[in-house]
Amino acid sequence: MAHAETHDPNTPLEYRSETGRLNILGFWIFLGAEIALFATLFATYMVLSHRIADGPALGELFEVKSLLIQTFLLLTSSFTCGLAVHEMRRHNVKGLITWMAITLGLGLGFLYFEIQEFLHFIHEGANIGTSAAWSGFFVLVGTHGAHVTFGIFWVTMVLIQVAKRGLTPATSAKVFITSLYWHFLDVVWIFIFTAVYLMGMVTHNG
Amino acid sequence: MKWDEFFVTGDPMIYGADVSIVLTMVGILFYLTKYKKWKWLWDEWLTTVDHKKLGIMYIVSAVLMLFRGGVDALLMRTQLAVPEAKFLDSQHYNEIFTTHGTIMIIFMAMPFLIGLINVVVPLQIGARDVAYPYLNAVSFWTFFIGAMLFNISFVIGGSPSAGWTSYMPLASNELSPGPGQNYYLLGLQIAGIGTLLTGINFLVTILKMRAPGMTLFRMPMFTWSSLVTMVIIIFAFPILTVALALMTFDRLFGSHFFTLQGAGMDMLWANLFWLWGHPEVYIVILPAFGMFSEIISTFSRKTLFGYKAMIWSMLLIAGYSFLVWVHHFFTMGSGALVNSVFSITTMAIGIPTGVKIFNWLFTMYRGKIQFTTPMLWSLGFIVNFVIGGVTGVMLAMAAADYQYHNTYFLVSHFHYVLIAGTVFACFAGLIYWYPKMFGYKLNERIGKWVFWVFTIGFNVCFFPQYFLGLDGMPRRVYTYSEESGWGPLNMVSTIGGFMMGIAFLILVYNMYYSFRYAKRETTGDAWDGRTLEWSTPTAMPPFYNFAKIPEVTGLDHFWRQKQAGKVEKLKAEDIKPIHMPSNSGVPFIMASFFFVAGFGMVFDWMWMAIAGIIGVFATLFYRSFEYDDGYYVSVEEVIETEKISK
Repeated sequence: MAHAETHDPNTPLEYRSETGRLNILGFWIFLGAEIALFATLFATYMVLSHRIADGPALGELFEVKSLLIQTFLLLTSSFTCGLAVHEMRRHNVKGLITWMAITLGLGLGFLYFEIQEFLHFIHEGANIGTSAAWSGFFVLVGTHGAHVTFGIFWVTMVLIQVAKRGLTPATSAKVFITSLYWHFLDVVWIFIFTAVYLMGMVTHNG
Repeated sequence: MKWDEFFVTGDPMIYGADVSIVLTMVGILFYLTKYKKWKWLWDEWLTTVDHKKLGIMYIVSAVLMLFRGGVDALLMRTQLAVPEAKFLDSQHYNEIFTTHGTIMIIFMAMPFLIGLINVVVPLQIGARDVAYPYLNAVSFWTFFIGAMLFNISFVIGGSPSAGWTSYMPLASNELSPGPGQNYYLLGLQIAGIGTLLTGINFLVTILKMRAPGMTLFRMPMFTWSSLVTMVIIIFAFPILTVALALMTFDRLFGSHFFTLQGAGMDMLWANLFWLWGHPEVYIVILPAFGMFSEIISTFSRKTLFGYKAMIWSMLLIAGYSFLVWVHHFFTMGSGALVNSVFSITTMAIGIPTGVKIFNWLFTMYRGKIQFTTPMLWSLGFIVNFVIGGVTGVMLAMAAADYQYHNTYFLVSHFHYVLIAGTVFACFAGLIYWYPKMFGYKLNERIGKWVFWVFTIGFNVCFFPQYFLGLDGMPRRVYTYSEESGWGPLNMVSTIGGFMMGIAFLILVYNMYYSFRYAKRETTGDAWDGRTLEWSTPTAMPPFYNFAKIPEVTGLDHFWRQKQAGKVEKLKAEDIKPIHMPSNSGVPFIMASFFFVAGFGMVFDWMWMAIAGIIGVFATLFYRSFEYDDGYYVSVEEVIETEKISK
């Protein structure tokens, strides 16, 4: 395992220990499994999205405004997350923490509007038990939301470690892995945006 | 909830099981306390991150599960031995075939193979450890806890009874009330986490931890088969995770994925289940193929014939494994076009599999064959697996499948491929690598008895079932009439089943006998092997595997070195300090919280489920803050362990 190694000075910190390199590769593979997981949820949703029984149609309740706010918050958070990693590459701990904190704030904002939206749907009579279509909606979008929630806790934990220990090969690998995770959530959201919301509204409004 | 709803009551066999479970637990606690073994148990086993010890724990658990699943099988065969038997009632029979199927696939076959992979693969690739030793312990403990959660269902709350496929709506709250089906969902879910983590761990291990010089096309075949298996796991298990979660939502939170109310779709479950379930078949057969390749090559004294063809055929099988799932429900209304497509892809799997069979035969051709017990199991595999494969092609013909579907013909087919493939491989691999794990061989004479009693029993048990199936006997029925005429063949089949049970007992006796009397190995090369795991100087590899990482120059490197008389001796000056990971109790504690969470959800006690889930996250975060860089094994300790003379 890790030995004293000589490095090209351009090697990013997170790739300098063998553990860091292995963990990053392993996490990419884990994301492969996550793609399989979300693909299954998307397939399920698409099969069920027109099976509305006596409940409202999906597109009937979707609101453009809430959708755009959520999308804006999450996509921006991915950008600020990228800036955080950029600051990490420049060994700027303060910049890293600042941009990551902004990322978390945007993530929390996203969750706030998502929860508001869910409450609104429930108020309008669409909950997980209303019909197969709504079951598919709440579980797919909710799984993504649960991932964001977990991500917020995780990034916070990692930031505390960075604050305590500074940037080391170990902490920077953790930051880098959480950033991969965060970008991945963004990618999934783009699919949700298209396959769930846009297609739902287009089908409903003709 | 009343006590008699919590504990299963009313059946003398269950009371017997209760008593035996309590007595066993008391016995274990008494033994551990009397001989002051608690600390040893915790330090050496419960907190270990050594892949070899984790592998042994996987195998021990799998053998226990083989016993449980085997007892289930014998109960079923006893009930079916004569027409209109009154041994089990229909509900009890449903529960037993459900737990038999689930346990044998999820908690016996897969862990047995993963156990052998754990023990062998890092050694075969010349690595000190796996890529993520800590994660490996998490994998084991989540598997173990999932298995335990599933197993307690038969005394607490009641067993699942909707079949191992748990088709909806049969598995819904209306038709399967009570906690039984929840046990199935949660037990598999928790164990599935461990399997996915194993998939990632060993994929990275094989890709990144190989000894210098070991290119992909110099890897031993068992390592190759493990690599391909891990890729299948990574893409198949998330599908199971989702399917189980959706059904859990249906049962606990009133969603309508698979229900008939709310416009849910029961066939969606069938599709999701088999989208995972069919690749699962290859998860349990490809490592078996890898083991047979090693064993046949070793005991034919020849390099494996068609090494590259073996690899490509395996990759092809892995790809096909995701494209055939509909053949599990040809008769459930997919239509002629869909059935035809899946019929053709299914038959196509026979081609790469045939390539492999011929390669094994050509490996033996003109070899100096040694008929050791692992070799006997491998030869038995070829013959019996072909019977299973040929009947599989018969089933793959969609039109003909309407005749065989849900009959004993199918039951016989999949037992011929799974037992002759996976179970024979587990026995062969266990015996072959036994000296690596314990430092002595199992007795060969007793081992041959096991082989013959088991193989003959297996054929006596399952061959008649082909005819019962063609004669129309449906699977999953708990009894049949005298007039059906199925009585005699069922009696024969039951006799065969008990022969397999006897063979299992002889195997266990062999373990005991060999532990007492077998000659201890003095070198690491018990069978005159070909691959790197046999190159360690001590009989059992030390916890760090290799004192000096080997350098590989080609396929069967160790064998060719031995032939050329150029096996390097370890020299004291070559030894450097070795970095190793520390043990950790966190995986065990985390898995215990998973148990709490799972048990709470089984009974719909949400306070308990939430407490368990909080515990799981607490251990995750605790671990995140733990910065443990492991420790170094000193040069002196390595020299001492390897008995190097200066």
